[in-house]
Amino acid sequence: MLTLTCPCCGVAAEETELVGGGEAHLKRQGPGSDDRAFEQYLFLRENPKGVHFERWRHAYGCGKWFHVARDTATLEVFGTYSAQVSAPPDDIRAVIFERRPGWSWREFA
Amino acid sequence: MAEAVSALWGREDGARVQVRDGGLRGMVTIRADLSDEAVQRTVGEVAGVHLPERGRASMKGERALLWMSPDELLLVAPYGAGGGLVSALGEKLEGVHHLAADVSDARAVIEVEGPGVRDVLAKLAPVDLSRGAFPVGAFRRTRLGQVAAAFWLETDERAQVICFRSVAEYVFGLLAASAKDGEVGFYG
Repeated sequence: MLTLTCPCCGVAAEETELVGGGEAHLKRQGPGSDDRAFEQYLFLRENPKGVHFERWRHAYGCGKWFHVARDTATLEVFGTYSAQVSAPPDDIRAVIFERRPGWSWREFA
Repeated sequence: MAEAVSALWGREDGARVQVRDGGLRGMVTIRADLSDEAVQRTVGEVAGVHLPERGRASMKGERALLWMSPDELLLVAPYGAGGGLVSALGEKLEGVHHLAADVSDARAVIEVEGPGVRDVLAKLAPVDLSRGAFPVGAFRRTRLGQVAAAFWLETDERAQVICFRSVAEYVFGLLAASAKDGEVGFYG
């Protein structure tokens, strides 16, 4: 069972109180973007065994969206952080570098 | 005009732990930047209760202010007071970005009282209800069984539960079933 601490209300919420929102830090490609970029934005997703960044919503609690860095294989949670950022913050990345040296995820590491 | 009735018509259940309809209650949703001093002052004045900390309920007499989310409070007051509170907030917060809405008929209130109130709630919600993690005055929005609900502890033996009116029967049934055998003794 996944337990994530919501950075908005500070509650350690269990999985059934949350709703997953898929991959984090996607950059929208709107009208005028080329087909390759649009396909990438709309359909292509990371599917790592290991470090992953996701969006979650505290649906039964404060209702806010937030970001989560976790390991998909071990369910280890590296941290949760604000939804109002477009890249993982340095403190979260430092935790991951410490526990998973050599990790990589898209353009962020 | 039709007379307002609560969703549960005054139902009661339980033995050692009592579950009963909390009756009609005035409720006002307040959304604003809660870190804004003008908002804090005005809401405190109009509500007659000081602003709650994150994850807390502040209570005074029949009034309570519940911390719903980083930008939302729920003001609980006697039934019928909602309209007046909304206009008072609207006047005093003119020019400040905010929302105040009378939602008195949106939710049902259920009171749970007895020595095993922590156990009764803990059987239904994914919440650590131990005294250290959930002291008197703590407020939590969560789920009870399959629906969204919220509760706060008024004393160590009395909790107020709120849920949407449409699921009041379901939540009452859950609480009554959970209270049937009284406390488990897990929280001492």
